[in-house]
Amino acid sequence: MRPGVLLDAMFERAAWLAAWVVPITLVAILFVLWMGCRLSLQHFGAGFLTSATWDPVAQNFGALVPIYGTLVTSAIALIIAVPVSFGIALFLTELAPGFLRGPLGVAIDLLAAIPSIIFGMWGLFIFAPYFAAHFEPWLIAHVGSWPVIGGWFQGAPIGIGVFTAGFILAIMIIPFISAVMRDVFALVPPMMKESAYGMGATTWEVTSRIVLPQSRSGVIGGIFLGLGRALGETMAVTFVIGNAHELTHALFMPGATISSTLANEFTEAVGPMYTSSLIELGLILFVITFIVLGGARWILRRITSRTVGAPI
Amino acid sequence: MTRQRKRALINFICLALACVAMAFGLFFLGAILWTLVKNGWPALSAQVFSQMTPPPGESGGLLNAIMGSVIITGVATVIGTPLGILAGTYLAEYGDRAHRVAGVIRLINDVLLSAPSVVIGFFAYALIVARTGHFSGWAGVVALAVILVPVVVSSTENMLKMVPNQLREAAAALGASKSRVIASITYRSAKTGILTGVLLAIARISGETAPLLFTSLNNQFWNTNLSKPMASLPIVIFQFAMSPYDDWQHLAWAGALLITLSVLVINITARGLAKYSARNI
Repeated sequence: MRPGVLLDAMFERAAWLAAWVVPITLVAILFVLWMGCRLSLQHFGAGFLTSATWDPVAQNFGALVPIYGTLVTSAIALIIAVPVSFGIALFLTELAPGFLRGPLGVAIDLLAAIPSIIFGMWGLFIFAPYFAAHFEPWLIAHVGSWPVIGGWFQGAPIGIGVFTAGFILAIMIIPFISAVMRDVFALVPPMMKESAYGMGATTWEVTSRIVLPQSRSGVIGGIFLGLGRALGETMAVTFVIGNAHELTHALFMPGATISSTLANEFTEAVGPMYTSSLIELGLILFVITFIVLGGARWILRRITSRTVGAPI
Repeated sequence: MTRQRKRALINFICLALACVAMAFGLFFLGAILWTLVKNGWPALSAQVFSQMTPPPGESGGLLNAIMGSVIITGVATVIGTPLGILAGTYLAEYGDRAHRVAGVIRLINDVLLSAPSVVIGFFAYALIVARTGHFSGWAGVVALAVILVPVVVSSTENMLKMVPNQLREAAAALGASKSRVIASITYRSAKTGILTGVLLAIARISGETAPLLFTSLNNQFWNTNLSKPMASLPIVIFQFAMSPYDDWQHLAWAGALLITLSVLVINITARGLAKYSARNI
């Protein structure tokens, strides 16, 4: 037997084992969370999802408020981040002069590298007071009385609240969405763009009628990737959302998301039912983000064979 | 207005909005860095690096937190890196043979790449803290390693796939075994790229706060024993920033500046390396 054969087999087996660690980790996470929340699953059943009470004293818990907060903050983040990310990707692929593309692209990527806790501190100490002093009173006075959407722009102008959390989330996910958009825009065959330019189309027409339709599924994948990030983001939101378990549709009121509830209450949770309910919240969050991120990655994998968008 | 003028005007407006979007992104990067320097720089003194975290009202530093962060991040990196590189190697080099399994593993890895870190903290809590009955540095290490591995897997796979197949074929034609080809040819060509991925992964985990909240917790004193609760920079920043004490808040800003600077420096180094390696492949 050639000496290399045994070594070969051993190396392949080791690599195979290491690769299996990844799915095993996933299964282990799901298993551990499920075990941890059996108590509250049995006790509250499906009603956990629809109950808005969160009463540690009476040991009565429901997930509606944190789930609602998670969805609303993520929605605000997407409404702000998607157009901005698209603008950034458009600027970097079509407008920026060649020598600026690299450095400006890196600058946006670095925004993604800043730790979440720093966004939280900045949001709490700089953004929230400024927003409370200069924007909130104006919005409450002028937009707050409008029909239908007016109800959103109400609350106390204290800076922290659901809207601020969504805004900070938007800044945090812009680098991820725009990185994916940049990557998929670059995959559009230059011949198609050049043909359109050759026929006299403007840059905007090329972007909206050639580049965007060509890269549509990639753009959607990028948006879902950003959504997945926003849903699970913890520290930044914990700093600025105000952590109140109240169901309100006024965006300037304090609220809570799943992740902020976990970060705030887990170490102080007393009693097995409290802990178990928090772990069930974690499981819900994990399942939601898993579906969103899995969908995003599945779409993006079909387009390219590698992980697009700065993975960090 | 003629049709021509209208098209030009729409084009102008949209491109101007794109510039505004770019400025919006850059503005927040600048604003955050400026805040950190403005508040963190004055608070940064020799004391920060030489004294332990103080009780409220007394002066002190961040030495135990800095040390804790270095230990927890370092051990997580040492454990996670070989695992991630091997798994990435499997996906890139052996993945074609069992491409359906590799595809599933890849998808799961991509999802874990951005899984909510607070849930991974739970995982480490249930796995270690709940078993042993006390918070410990090891639990933090496990949580960070779980976050680090997918990043290394994905970057290693991408980097190995960039190595041209002719190199592998040439080595195989000379009679090298597959493991020999991987060790002496593929790894050697992708060395810098893999290092870039590891550096980016370190940058990612060194700022993570949520997974440490219920694992390594905090420790007011000097501790290098991973079996005990251990202070870390992000947790101390969280605790001090949310406190009403001025001294603590100053220290929090100093810590925030330190951690952001290190993360950015690691990131920029990694990017520089990546550029260098791309030129040399």
